Amino acid sequence: MTTTDIPALVAVLRAALGEDQVISDRQELRTYECDGLAQYRVVPALVALPRTAAECAATVRACVDAGVPFVARGSGTGLSGGALPHADGVLVVTSQMRAIREVAPLDERAVVEPGVINLHVSRAAAPYGYHYAPDPSSQQVCSIGGNVAENSGGAHCLKYGFTTNHVTGLEIVTPDGDLVRLGGRAPDAPGYDLLGAFVGSEGTLGITTEVTVRLTRSPESVRTLLAGFTGTDAAGAATSAIIGAGVVPAAIEMMDALAIEAAEAAVRCGYPPGAGAVLIVELDGPAAEVDAQFADVERLCRDHGATEIRVAADDGERALIWKGRKSAFAAVGRISPDYIVQDGVIPRTALPEVLRRIAEMSAERGVRVANVFHAGDGNLHPLVLFDDAVPGQAERAEEVSGAILDICIAHGGSITGEHGVGVDKVSYLPRMYGDDDLDTMQLLRCAFDPRGLANPGKVFPTPRLCGEAPGRRRGVHPLQEAGLAVVF
Amino acid sequence: MPDDVLDALRAAADAGGEDIVRLAGDTDAVAGVAPRYVAAPGSTAEAAALLTVAAARNLAVTVSGSGGKQTWGNPPRRLDLLLHTRRLAGVVAHAAGDLVVVVRAGTPLAELQAKLAPAGQQLALDAPLPPGGSATVGGVVATNTSGPRRMRYGTVRDLLIGVTMVRPDGTVARAGGTVVKNVAGYDLGKLLTGAYGTLGLVTECAFRLHPVPAARAFLCRRAVDAAEAGRLAAAVLAAQVVPSALEVDTTPDGGVEVAVLLEGTPRGVRERADTTGRLLGGATVSDEPPPWWCAYPWGTGDVGLRLTAALSGVPRLLAAAAEAGRRHGVPLAVRGSAGTGVLHGGLPGAAAPDAVASVVADLRAATAGLGGHAVVLTAPPPVRERVDLWGPVNGLDLMRRVKAQFDPDGRFAPGRFVGGI
Repeated sequence: MTTTDIPALVAVLRAALGEDQVISDRQELRTYECDGLAQYRVVPALVALPRTAAECAATVRACVDAGVPFVARGSGTGLSGGALPHADGVLVVTSQMRAIREVAPLDERAVVEPGVINLHVSRAAAPYGYHYAPDPSSQQVCSIGGNVAENSGGAHCLKYGFTTNHVTGLEIVTPDGDLVRLGGRAPDAPGYDLLGAFVGSEGTLGITTEVTVRLTRSPESVRTLLAGFTGTDAAGAATSAIIGAGVVPAAIEMMDALAIEAAEAAVRCGYPPGAGAVLIVELDGPAAEVDAQFADVERLCRDHGATEIRVAADDGERALIWKGRKSAFAAVGRISPDYIVQDGVIPRTALPEVLRRIAEMSAERGVRVANVFHAGDGNLHPLVLFDDAVPGQAERAEEVSGAILDICIAHGGSITGEHGVGVDKVSYLPRMYGDDDLDTMQLLRCAFDPRGLANPGKVFPTPRLCGEAPGRRRGVHPLQEAGLAVVF
Repeated sequence: MPDDVLDALRAAADAGGEDIVRLAGDTDAVAGVAPRYVAAPGSTAEAAALLTVAAARNLAVTVSGSGGKQTWGNPPRRLDLLLHTRRLAGVVAHAAGDLVVVVRAGTPLAELQAKLAPAGQQLALDAPLPPGGSATVGGVVATNTSGPRRMRYGTVRDLLIGVTMVRPDGTVARAGGTVVKNVAGYDLGKLLTGAYGTLGLVTECAFRLHPVPAARAFLCRRAVDAAEAGRLAAAVLAAQVVPSALEVDTTPDGGVEVAVLLEGTPRGVRERADTTGRLLGGATVSDEPPPWWCAYPWGTGDVGLRLTAALSGVPRLLAAAAEAGRRHGVPLAVRGSAGTGVLHGGLPGAAAPDAVASVVADLRAATAGLGGHAVVLTAPPPVRERVDLWGPVNGLDLMRRVKAQFDPDGRFAPGRFVGGI
């Protein structure tokens, strides 16, 4: 691929999609140079804005014909650089495919286009008493297509699961440019669960053009409390006690003192002053169940040293409790000029030990870390604070942020619970999986995308040359040497 | 007579004992296809060593757990080595505080549940057992079997968080992990779930667990026909009682019964049972399930079907099934999850193959119109000759490409799966 091929591709795409659906102006292209992870920036060669599945397929076919890589992008809110453009490639933006095609409460399904905003699905289902359960913090702006690519979670996935548990059917454009349906309206379609393999593949197996999602009956009762503790150890012990009592809360969220300070400065959420940690615990379900278990949760919080417990009396109070938590990432901007949002997972029982390690490291290196996490499932979001204007701080913050992932791996956890590997954690994936593990995962990639054109350079640090015999090799691959294969 | 393949397999096994690798006998046939060798590795490493030899010797391999579902899918086109998982058994780690278990694939599901019970925990998979059989964890994963409580807890794909496998070429690979929330790398566990052992050998599985609820209640109510059963089911779904299971059972004589399982706190279950009873217009309430609960509606040698439909289509599916049975003169029993749209059907093994084929054709037409599928899970040989067990499959080309990547020589249960995979 050389840049001289791009004008030809522009002509092909304009013919297929229409003049306005293809962006080639350098200034306009800059709009798309990054996603939610703004430290990585690449201006794409072209942007295509398909309006239909057929146009999306035509775009991919044109890319295949030209040997040009393509990257899919929904709303561009991802936090791992999964939608970072390819400099010589086409960015396929699905934001114009925004129709909610069907809401079928009797089937507990909705059929939507990939550019539909997550929260809009729940809004469309609300009149029937249903909602779409996965609720990433960005749900007011993030797209369902992006959620599918990233297998997005959210605060309530402790009880309800992730995107993968709520998608039953997909129409995709394969990296060959074919439209294929996976799964359907009913569960358990015969054959390999390619639907399950596709969700969370971060755009490396194709582009989603239609999504059939599961709708969840909205609960009869929702009860939320905010509990203040002297520190994260006590809050962690309360969390363990709640889970240990057999309660499956809709959410348990924890914030430490620094995160509380930031949230307070930003949105005045009125969290208990001086608290070393707060827990937000939400239960939902049939009123009879929730009432019984909520009393247990209150008692367990008190038993484990809660200094203050506030129970939301209505939706307004509930929203205020959640406001501090949901704004936590952005709020950190109030107490630090720059910060890194980390996303790691540990077994929940390792929480006290891991938090101590993070605190020690923070003290040693002189880098402040605010902690916000989904305590119920051990998903940490440490916010590593720094000032880019001070020489050396950014590097130290990067080191601390990376070291946190190593701590997660050492405790048998994961380098990402919901943000994805993208481009950001490509170099960390081999710390979690061995060569053979990654090689095996890439067999799937080779089945879908033998040319390696779909979102190249993401997820896997070393692309597998498809069709080669498995096993290690030394030096330049013979196919590469012979000019028969190209590593993107 | 010297058998150098047998010698090579034995050399690959740790102990080299005759009980680990042996020549096959009459009772080792898989769906009528006899293997030449039988091996039972005791570890992932030993399985990898055996499968490396199998690859070098171009041996076709079928994996077997307790063997109860070996008649599911087509018989293997070729079979040299039958690989038993019986020695790949036991719990590797149970992290009770984290609600996670790592278990070897050959562990019987019932044994796993017994191990978890003292901690007040369960793997929330109530897979029905095949007639007269038992089920291993690996077998449940490979065939993606699920029971009534899938309505609340989901199926294997929702509970499996990590997997260790041996590829057909002998390479050991892991995917996922031991934490519930994890989006690092591809989710190969989902790919292997329901793959019928055609992509490799699963040796270890990590699952998320659930607490055993303090109380439960089963409510049963007879309905006059499928339409009434559908109305009752819809009423339960639209209410706020949050059932763990909503099942329907029909018998060839026209009987229809709806059953609801509620799980939770003692007080909560009591109150929800009262509400549910009113929704059903009167029901018997019991701590114990009805006799047909979580059982396939077929016996050994019969025809077993999986029928799926969009939720609102379940009453029409039941009606279409009753009509198909009547029209072709065979007794068709259907039961399953009216709360998720996944049901099972059973026909006597002695039914005329042509009649079975006609029923299957009718059911395929009906389910296709309802957003679902009709798959023949198991059938006697004369029926297999007349019927395409799997029916139409979306994405078959991609599936063939996946198979070609994992098993390029087509040695793992060749022909058993969809589209001749």
